[in-house]
Amino acid sequence: MANYVMFIILAVVILGSAVLCVTTKRIMRAATFLLFVLFGVAGLYFLLDYTFLGAAQISVYAGGVTMLYVFAIQLVGKRSLQGLMERMKCSRVALGAILSLVGLLTVCAVLMKNKFMYAACQVNDVEVPMNTIGNALVGADKYQYVLPFELISVFLLACIIGGLAIARKEK
Amino acid sequence: MVPVQYYFILSALLFFIGVYGFVSRRNLIAMLISVELILNAVEINFAAFNRLLFPGQLEGFFMSLFGIGVAAAETAVAIAIIINVYRNFNSDSVDSIQNMKR
Repeated sequence: MANYVMFIILAVVILGSAVLCVTTKRIMRAATFLLFVLFGVAGLYFLLDYTFLGAAQISVYAGGVTMLYVFAIQLVGKRSLQGLMERMKCSRVALGAILSLVGLLTVCAVLMKNKFMYAACQVNDVEVPMNTIGNALVGADKYQYVLPFELISVFLLACIIGGLAIARKEK
Repeated sequence: MVPVQYYFILSALLFFIGVYGFVSRRNLIAMLISVELILNAVEINFAAFNRLLFPGQLEGFFMSLFGIGVAAAETAVAIAIIINVYRNFNSDSVDSIQNMKR
């Protein structure tokens, strides 16, 4: 029962913030609402007993990515962003609404036709132990993930260097 | 536990809110924020399917974890590009970019 209550609260926070995020006219507010969405998603991970994933979501997304957005908005300039002069074109709004409604209906139809959800099992509310996650993360056996882990670390390094090279001022 | 279809519907809604934002906005940073919403919807799906359909395994868990890492890297590069675009074109709207090189 408590799970349902928590899920409903989180769903309201996530969907409400997401709608406000894409409809607000000010970019700074959009970034703030994005932060709420990210916190809500982290709450969903906690609800699924993936505590580690929730912590990673908060530290990487809410701590890192949102901060990057705020810095970029401040750097890109007062005139164009903070006070925002984005004009919502009616045709584009209508196109977006139609596209997303059609997509949503398609996805829901596929969901209704599918039977996979009856295979869902009832799991107890126990946290997935950190020991299991750690062993799977840096083990090299089958169903263990040391290679993608290392790949991600090198990939992040490459992206940092690439970002520096792109954003550097040309002489 | 909350049934899996609730998670599915929540993430589908979040995904298409993101799609709506991506189509309707013309500001580069706003479009990037919409992409983040889409990525989050996908990661909710991975985690929920793994937990509620195959609780003994960890594939979806690690897919979400690596997805978070890749999204962070993607944001860093995209923001570097946006700052460069702003520097060159003095605008941050996608309509202002006509050529790749000035």
